Amino acid sequence: MVASEIDRGLGGLKDKKKRYSAFALARNAASYHQNWQRAWRNASPKASYDAVIIGGGGHGLATAYYLASVHGVTNIAVIEKGWIGGGNTGRNTTIIRSNYLWDESASIYEHALKLWEGLAQDLNFNIMFSQRGVLTIAHSEHELKEMSRRVHAIRLNGIDSDVMNPAEIKKFVPCINIDQSIRYPVMGGFVQQRGGTARHDAVAWGYARAADDMGVDIIQNCEVTGLRRKGRKIIGIDTNMGFIKTKKVGCVVAGHSSVMAEMAGIHLPLASRPLQALVSEPIKPILDTVIMSNAVHMYISQSDKGEMVLGAGVDKYNSYAQRGSFPVPEHMIAAAVELFPFMSRLRMLRHWGGIVDTCPDASPILSKTDIDGLYFNCGWGTGGFKATPGSGHVFADLIANDRPNNIAAPYALSRFETGFLIDEHGAAGVAH
Amino acid sequence: MSSQRYRLSGGTTIRTDTPLSFTFDGKSYHGYKGDTLASALIAAGVHLIGRSFKYHRPRGIMSAGSEEPNALVRVGTGAYAEPNLKATQVELYDGLIATSQNRFPSLKYDVGSINSVMSQFLPAGFYYKTFMWPASFWMTYEHFIRNAAGLGKVASDPIDPERYEKTHRHCEILIAGGGGAGLMAAYQAALSGQRVMLVDEQAEFGGWLLSDDAVKIDNMPAYDWVREMQSLLSNMDNVTLLPRTTMFGYGDHNYITLAERVTDHLSPRPSHLPRMRLWKVRVAQVILATGCIERPLVFGGNDLPGVMLASAVQSYITQYGALPGSRAIIVTNNDTAYQAALAFQNAGGFVRAIVDTRTTVKGAWVKAAKDAGIDILSGHGLTGAYGIHHVGRVEISPITADGREITGEAVHMDCDLVMMSGGLTPTVHLHSQARGKLVWDEKHLCFKPGATHEAEQSIGACNGSFALSSGLAEAIRAATKAVKSTGGTCTALSVPDVTALRINYAPMAYWKAPSQAGAGQGPKAFVDFQNDVTSADIQLAVREGYQSVEHVKRYTTTGMATDQGKTSNMNALGILADALGHEIPDVGTTTFRMPYTPTSMGMIAGRDIGGLFDAVRLTRMDSWHRAAGAKFEHVGQWMRAWYYRHDGETMEQAVTREVLAARTTAGLLDASTLGKIDVRGKDAATFLDRIYTNKFSSLAVGKCRYGLMLKDDGMVMDDGVTTRLADEHYHMTTTTGGAAGVLDWMEEWLQTEWPELDVFLTSVTEQWSVATLSGPHARAILEAADISVDLSDTAFPFMSMKQGYVSGLPARIFRISFTGELSYEINVPARYGVALWTALMKAGEAFGITPYGTEAMHVLRAEKGFIIVGQETDGTVTPLDLGMNWIVSKKKPDFIGKRALERTSMADPKRKQLVGLRTDNPDDVIPEGAHAVLDPNQPPPIDMLGHVTSSYASPNLGYSIAMALLKGGHKLIGETVWIPMLDGQKPIKAVVTDTVFYDAQGDRLNGTSSS
Repeated sequence: MVASEIDRGLGGLKDKKKRYSAFALARNAASYHQNWQRAWRNASPKASYDAVIIGGGGHGLATAYYLASVHGVTNIAVIEKGWIGGGNTGRNTTIIRSNYLWDESASIYEHALKLWEGLAQDLNFNIMFSQRGVLTIAHSEHELKEMSRRVHAIRLNGIDSDVMNPAEIKKFVPCINIDQSIRYPVMGGFVQQRGGTARHDAVAWGYARAADDMGVDIIQNCEVTGLRRKGRKIIGIDTNMGFIKTKKVGCVVAGHSSVMAEMAGIHLPLASRPLQALVSEPIKPILDTVIMSNAVHMYISQSDKGEMVLGAGVDKYNSYAQRGSFPVPEHMIAAAVELFPFMSRLRMLRHWGGIVDTCPDASPILSKTDIDGLYFNCGWGTGGFKATPGSGHVFADLIANDRPNNIAAPYALSRFETGFLIDEHGAAGVAH
Repeated sequence: MSSQRYRLSGGTTIRTDTPLSFTFDGKSYHGYKGDTLASALIAAGVHLIGRSFKYHRPRGIMSAGSEEPNALVRVGTGAYAEPNLKATQVELYDGLIATSQNRFPSLKYDVGSINSVMSQFLPAGFYYKTFMWPASFWMTYEHFIRNAAGLGKVASDPIDPERYEKTHRHCEILIAGGGGAGLMAAYQAALSGQRVMLVDEQAEFGGWLLSDDAVKIDNMPAYDWVREMQSLLSNMDNVTLLPRTTMFGYGDHNYITLAERVTDHLSPRPSHLPRMRLWKVRVAQVILATGCIERPLVFGGNDLPGVMLASAVQSYITQYGALPGSRAIIVTNNDTAYQAALAFQNAGGFVRAIVDTRTTVKGAWVKAAKDAGIDILSGHGLTGAYGIHHVGRVEISPITADGREITGEAVHMDCDLVMMSGGLTPTVHLHSQARGKLVWDEKHLCFKPGATHEAEQSIGACNGSFALSSGLAEAIRAATKAVKSTGGTCTALSVPDVTALRINYAPMAYWKAPSQAGAGQGPKAFVDFQNDVTSADIQLAVREGYQSVEHVKRYTTTGMATDQGKTSNMNALGILADALGHEIPDVGTTTFRMPYTPTSMGMIAGRDIGGLFDAVRLTRMDSWHRAAGAKFEHVGQWMRAWYYRHDGETMEQAVTREVLAARTTAGLLDASTLGKIDVRGKDAATFLDRIYTNKFSSLAVGKCRYGLMLKDDGMVMDDGVTTRLADEHYHMTTTTGGAAGVLDWMEEWLQTEWPELDVFLTSVTEQWSVATLSGPHARAILEAADISVDLSDTAFPFMSMKQGYVSGLPARIFRISFTGELSYEINVPARYGVALWTALMKAGEAFGITPYGTEAMHVLRAEKGFIIVGQETDGTVTPLDLGMNWIVSKKKPDFIGKRALERTSMADPKRKQLVGLRTDNPDDVIPEGAHAVLDPNQPPPIDMLGHVTSSYASPNLGYSIAMALLKGGHKLIGETVWIPMLDGQKPIKAVVTDTVFYDAQGDRLNGTSSS
């Protein structure tokens, strides 16, 4: 299932003058930083492309990068309605892990994790992938059993996972409260040491810069207003910057996927809901890993800047507004204080919302459609960031070859008719 | 007090009759009630307060409010310590202990300031360009970066000793901001008799009027007018005045969240009061009167201690009676700083000069300054400030009319204070949080509120109406309108007379001082002070292609510090627009979101922690279980008796004893937690036929039937026994954990899909206490307990229900079984739970009755191959997978999940199916969750068949039993499988079997006779 050798494509930047390094930093310091190159060009759309990727988030930019670097398809454009990385790429809590229960999930997330390892070097952009470990906590007998099931499956899939008892957890995370008298005491946990966090904005920028270097046009402030087709074939897209001719369109627009699909007369089985996150004021390092908890329900890490980064579940209603309701952060903060009592005397600094598109089985769609040349990559729900490189890599392969590879195949749209679902509802632990 | 060398007489909020003492970095100081920590430090002549985030530059106090970027301190010690507080917002109390942050070993000598020396190598985003070699070293680099970053340190004792409360309120009109406009609006609105709330983040109402010594309202000094308004309002029953309260969140439909600081300013803090209170208020009409914030000017060295906002200096003098310096340079691009200059001079300071970037300066305040003998250098800019730990000298240059070029020789002047004013920025945050649009005011060079989505109005300075008289007029208009739209009436008051010198509030566009140094050179000119973002950083971001305002923010981190860009956003926009060659309104703004200022997480958590984090549900028999030494397990919110440990027993021994008793004599289980839903209405039978896979309309009254319900994807969702009590009345039971979900699910179908059905659902879980008596002696024990109904098989067969009395208690008795033994579930009104339990225990004593817990229940049902939803199922399992085809009706036209069961995947030979496992070694108990494989020697990834769902040592059978969901499991029966272990031990060998291990014929359901 998990490919041992991944074709990472042509890494780095062709133009050596543009490459980043400590040396380049010193050299540019001497010229007072006046001579840095643009990270990516401000491209205007050409009349025609071999392929167009709609959506300049991490997944879309990664798709373009791998199309160029792995498949040699460089006459492509990434069309972004606003600014690149402005959707869920810039709004998530940056957690990366591959310790999923189902084989299909383990396969794609492990594919992504292997690409994360070395991505900074591939892109010549420090995306700060910090393999600080992701510790998932169990708070009841039932959760311990579920944990056992996941750990067995993960290990048999060849993915790292270690079980910890409360004393070991306390040693690993000194600031956690393992008092057994609290409402949902820490009863055990399992850690994926290779998991961790990355700098989300940098992922978008790094992919954009490397893709641009290979000739990909990144077109911001360009809104798609229609998908044009001839019979069952895509022939181009209409945008506020005019018509762009192309035979292949990859849609990677997350929360607005169903809107885009409607333009092609396709109804996707997606629900779009707000997902909220928040950070505290920055403090000196206190939490060196990522903690996830299902029963107490939240996930937390500390950014390199020092902010405590918190997330939890989605709001219960459907919405396209990037904001949620107050009870969600209220509960998430109570959960944080419960497990990390020091949080009580910290202050919430920023809070925001994103829109997550979720399939009935909480797994993504990576699929061709009934329309030739139209592909969708969506439905990542609350967990898309960690998949970014894997998603882009696999989707580029699908677009280039017009057929899914082994990793993408289970994620076809047809599964909602056949019933071959990849149900990660229970298995994902905390939805994120 | 002698230590207050810079204390003036007066100060509108200072109470000199109440002296207070405090320490900063271990040194003792004195202040007065009414001081903030910042004003008391200024009065003591202390100006070095903290270190900046990135370069660790020395920083002082810049502002007098919540916009403060620099003066961050840690307040309190031990468990009471709180990091990152703005000294300008910390009210002084006796014994306050403050410490500086982000410095080592001391504030004055901080090794981190090496970053300042190295700053040429650390421009915006430098970390994206390096630390990549060798690849494996990032974790090491990150360790050092993390330690250099961060600001304050958290409390050393993590358990917060203080209490936080939440309260809910409705009101017709809420006014945020209690300055002149806010007070006026509140009074006007309150005259209507409507419920009015007035909140202000400061300790006292009055806002800017507390600092304005020159204005008169109705011929009164402004501060007297404030006091009069406040006394009028505090005498009105319909008015709630909340000082020290920040409106931090503006949610949809005027859902307002307020943070009230109740005791932070008190010493000692009364224990009967919470530290803070979170108000959640639903408001009909919101009036925002949040004022404005003065902008700093961007010039080299503008971050030195001693460089302050002009308005802040005026506040320290007028409101707090503290003089921030003795020799000041004022630099401004507008009129407002002239008043501050005069206040400074009147307080005994020496104004060296007013440097005004405008070529021509005129107006009443300019004249007043000239009349006071102050030098005015018009057409000049402050092009550099110098000093080590405090400003000591400035460079002043003549500039062009557009402010972009230096036209001549600079002069240098000594000073110990720079008062800067870059114009006023309306505080539009809350309007923007309410998804209100912003419009550009070209005259005042600021964004002000535009169209709004909520019932909300902005008045006064936050609306761009900076003059007090127009703010008061807007207040009266807005309040009158708000009253009318909430159905009230009031007569508009006349606008009070305001006597003040006329101010031209329009500033000159001057986003950045010109510099003699080349691009990217010269002293750093800060835009975001705390995050150390300079004008050069913003220009660098633009050069590198980070041109969207959001990209600039994220690349440089401008606006992302704990002051949330309150002083930096507009300057950043101005510099960005210049660099792009765009107009500011075309550049746009970043989105303002909750919270307006950093907000206590302890307060947001409130009391929803500890025991109240989530309800703990206990059965009525709980006390009995505890007395009997039960160990408990969490099942959803419930605490259930897990097993009853007798002295000296291990858990395994206890469970074995309980399991054996249930099969040989009788066991008693507290089953009260099972979900119970009362289903009534003339369509109840039709409804249940659609909800369950099997038929309930055919069930006779008084009979029980086991039912399975599916999600619409065909997967098992819940199960339980449902009994027909009358033609149109059923008693449904669900799993303990699934009860709420099932009720939700059924309500959703009833309310959204089948509104035509006449069905009413009521949760009755907690209305009944349930004891399950199970075992060969069950019947005899019930007879001994004076049961009023005939228990014979003919009169009371399996799967039926009778009503009667047990030991005099009214009861519904269900003859159903989850153990495979003769079994009765006795339901009594909840309050009789202990009475029923003790009566049965007494009646059963002679028969060897044994209470058993959930663990024994699990073993007993596993011996029989009965599933537990949530253990044998996980949302991906169909009834067919469970081998329960018999329960899926072929005749019913439809039920939820029926269509899904017809999909092609259902016939897939690789579907996981429930089977039994018997280990080769009867003593091996397979860990639950372990996975079965055919070839344990395959290298990973190993092909997995599926996982073990339940696994126990069976005391009745004498060997280990398990159930598992295996791919193609039904065809594997008789085959050998292997279960690899995690800890490197040898895999367990097992053979696949049927799931029923015990009494396959079901003979035991009828038990033995009572002999």
